[in-house]
Parts: sequence; structure tokens; C-alpha cells
Amino acid sequence: MLVFRNAPVAQRDALTAEQLKNVSKPWQDWIGSIAAQDKLASIGGRLEFDGATVTGSIVTDGPYAEIKEILLGFIIVKTATKDEAIQLAKECPVLKDGGSVEVRGVVQMG
Amino acid sequence: MATGNELIPHLFRTEYSKITVVLARLFGFDHIEIAEDIASDTFLLAAETWGMKGVPDNPVAWLYTVAKNRAKDYLKHDAVFAGKVKLQLQQSATELQPIEIDLSEKNIVDSQLQMMFAICHPAISAEAQIGLSLRILCGFGIEEIADAFLSNKETINKRLFRAKEKLRSEKVKIAFPGKSEIDKRLETVLTTLYLLFNEGYYSISQNTALRKDLCLEAMRLAYLLTENADTNKPAVNALLALMCFHASRFEARTNINGDLILYDDQDAGLWDKELIIQGEYYLNLAAHGNVLSKYHLEAAIALQHTDKNDTPEKWERILQLYNNLLITEYSPIAALNRTYALAKADGKETAIIEAEKLKLDNSHLYYSLLGYLYTDVDNKKAIEHLNSALKLAKSDSDKKTIEKNLDKLLLMIGR
Repeated sequence: MLVFRNAPVAQRDALTAEQLKNVSKPWQDWIGSIAAQDKLASIGGRLEFDGATVTGSIVTDGPYAEIKEILLGFIIVKTATKDEAIQLAKECPVLKDGGSVEVRGVVQMG
Repeated sequence: MATGNELIPHLFRTEYSKITVVLARLFGFDHIEIAEDIASDTFLLAAETWGMKGVPDNPVAWLYTVAKNRAKDYLKHDAVFAGKVKLQLQQSATELQPIEIDLSEKNIVDSQLQMMFAICHPAISAEAQIGLSLRILCGFGIEEIADAFLSNKETINKRLFRAKEKLRSEKVKIAFPGKSEIDKRLETVLTTLYLLFNEGYYSISQNTALRKDLCLEAMRLAYLLTENADTNKPAVNALLALMCFHASRFEARTNINGDLILYDDQDAGLWDKELIIQGEYYLNLAAHGNVLSKYHLEAAIALQHTDKNDTPEKWERILQLYNNLLITEYSPIAALNRTYALAKADGKETAIIEAEKLKLDNSHLYYSLLGYLYTDVDNKKAIEHLNSALKLAKSDSDKKTIEKNLDKLLLMIGR
């Protein structure tokens, strides 16, 4: 699983159609590239900006609060080795924006 | 006025299937051979009779009358069988009422649709599904099917026989799947129709007329699905749109010698504008609901190609459609086409990096693509790749295309 994080960015609704295309092309091309190599297991999802954080029995609006980095989204890739997955992660557009990609293996259950 | 000689093969193609499926639905899949035999006998009689007495005023009505009588005779002589059939129809087995054979248009269409679901069943191979479809739904002769598959009569007969046996053992019914099942079963049907169309479109068989027929049959069956409220789903309309767009280029795709003319070299003036408009119509109908099927994406890509203008915007659109298509379902062809679109949209250097990642080492198309990408970038590499492509290419027309490109390159570097 490749998980991307970055500082909260401007809401997508605030972007013009042209800006939106410029933001989404690198992502579409990156995921498309992985899919073209037949290494995409699941498109996962891009996460909505608003949400909630549950700690103990307290629910707060979140995740933004004091957090410098938020979870933006994830995809699941299928590679023979972790190294291969890392190679794919190196091309992720979030890196150009100063964000990060976490590469975690998914444990096969059953 | 058509002579018996031309009329009968034509009628066979359209009416054999109709008679067979109506009787098969009546008798049940277990006795489909009886249905086929009655249909065949009917045409045999037509050939004998019309040759001597001339063609009747209403040939189709003549055929239906004979078929009905033959079926009734069969039921009369086999009371046990007739009882079983009546039970299926939920009539009392002892009622003296004769079984009616309904060859109305509605029953014909319903029977064809139900037969489609019965034949396009995951229990048998895709090849068998197509073979049975061609035989039972499209009235193709065994020889024609053999020609389409570049096979022989014995192989095809065996394949069809085994397929029917398998469907019988799976107790497949000639009936509409229930509402909860229909989407899943429709997936199999659409895959078969897609493959049937591809057989015609990409077939290596030299018989151009036959190949066109395969495509038209696939389109006719898809059209049948759109005419029924339960099966008129967006994916079906998308598939039909896709087929219309591809079919629009029929006339431009082959030259007089039967050689394949590639898209870039085609005379757009020969493209069938009517079919393109039809395709757009079905694509619009497909734009409903929540499901974006691979057929939607392929149809959208095919729509882009109905305009030959080579703009970066068009190729960017095509690139994003291929990205989505690959995310929906991977296929090597889509991966190659995506890389080509990437070259057109973002330049060859970017595309070369992506192409090297694909590693489709067994595909002549992969090396052809690399050859194209390296042309004017590193011509020596381009020639190497085209030579690799030539080694892997199987069909004569593929080899010819690669050799043409190789010659162009060698000329460019002055050899």
C-alpha cells in the first residue's frame, strides 16, 4: 500500500477547471503508469478533506487541527518486492509538492 | 427476382437461427439437436421443393409452416417426449390440445435473447461460446465457422458437440436470468459479443466478406439486447457504440488486395458517417447510471479517433481515457496504446521511459512501438527494435507492415 501525505492543500473546489486539470494530470499519469505495468491492485481512494478523529470516546472534527501533514489518499500496488514498490513510489506527484509516500506491505489474510 | 440458389443461403442465415431457438426453447436445451435437425430438414425440403416448383410467394411463411408441421409430427410420434414438453409449458400432460409453436416476432426475439444467455455461459470456453453463437444464433455453417477460426470442420464439430454436452450437464436453461443475476450473466454475454466482433475485425482470415459478417452479427445481437428493457443496460449501449465506431472504418481498412491499411494511412472520406452518428447516439444512451464500464472507456476512445485531426489536446484526452481504462482493467494492448498516446501528448522522450517499463518481451507490437518511439531519437535502436518485432510477428500482413517501416528507416539513415 502506498499512502500519500502532505500539508493540507487548498480545497479542490477553489480551483478553476484549468488548474484542476493541471493538478490531476500528474496523478492520473502516475497511476496510469502503474496500471500500464500491470502493477495496480486497487485504485484505493483520495480522501475527503473533512472528517472526524476519534480518540477514546471523544470525537473531534479533524484531521486538520494542529497536524502538519494529513493523509491524502492511498493506492494498492502489486509488486514482486518491496523495492519495486518503492521505485513506483518515487514517481508520486506528492513528492514534488513536498509531501511523502509511505510504503507498507499488505498482509494477506486467510 | 432471386433464384432459389441465392435465396436459400440468405434465408438460412436469418431463419435457421430463428426456427432453431424457438424450438429449442420449447424442447429444452437437452433436446437442442432435435430443434437443429428440424430446422435443417426444413431447409433441405425447401432446396428440393423450390428447385422444382419455384420459390413460394412468401418464402419465410413457407419455412415456418413446414418447421411447425415437422415439430408437431415429432411430438405426435413421441408421446413421452411430448408429455415432458407439455409439463415444461405447465400444461397438463394428458390434455389433447396440440402444442402450439409460436413463431411470432416477439417470441423469436425473446427466444434469441434467452438462447444468448444460455450459450454465453461461463461453464464453456470463450471459443465454444463464439462457435455456438455463430451456429445457433447466427446460422453460420460449420465450414464458415472453421474458416473464421482458421480451423477445420472436424475440430469445430467436436468443439460444438462438447460445448453442448457441458451445457447439458450444467443443466443450463434457455431462460432469462433472474434480476439479481442478470448483470453478472450479461458480463459474459458482452465479453462473447466483444470477442465475436474482434474475430471479424482483427481476423487473419482472407475472407473479407466473412469477417465483415462476424462484426455485423455481433452488432445485431448487441442491438437485440438494447431492445429488451431488462437487458438494455448502459454497458450494452457502450459496447454497441464501440462496435459502430470501429465498423465505420470497414471500407477504409482494406485495399483491393485485402491488405490491412492502418489508421494513419486510411482515407477518412471512406469512413461511414452514418455509423459514426449511430455510435454517438448509443454512447449518449450509455451515459446513464453509475457504472463506467471498460466499454464506455473504449467507446470514448474510439469516438476520439473518428476525428483524424492530430492535436495534442485530442491525444491528451485519449491518454487520460487509457489511464482510466487500465485502472479499470489491465490489458497489454491498452498499455501499448496508452504509451503511444503519451508520446503524442507529452513527447517521445517521456513515452520512451514509460515504454521501457512495460517489458512486453513476447509481443511484436511492443517492439514495433519501441521502433516508432526511437525513430528520429535513436535510429540505430529503432532498427534493432523493428528487427525484434519482425522476428516475433506471425501474420503476413503484420510482417509486411514492419518491413515497410524498417525500409523507411534504413532509407533515412542512408543505407
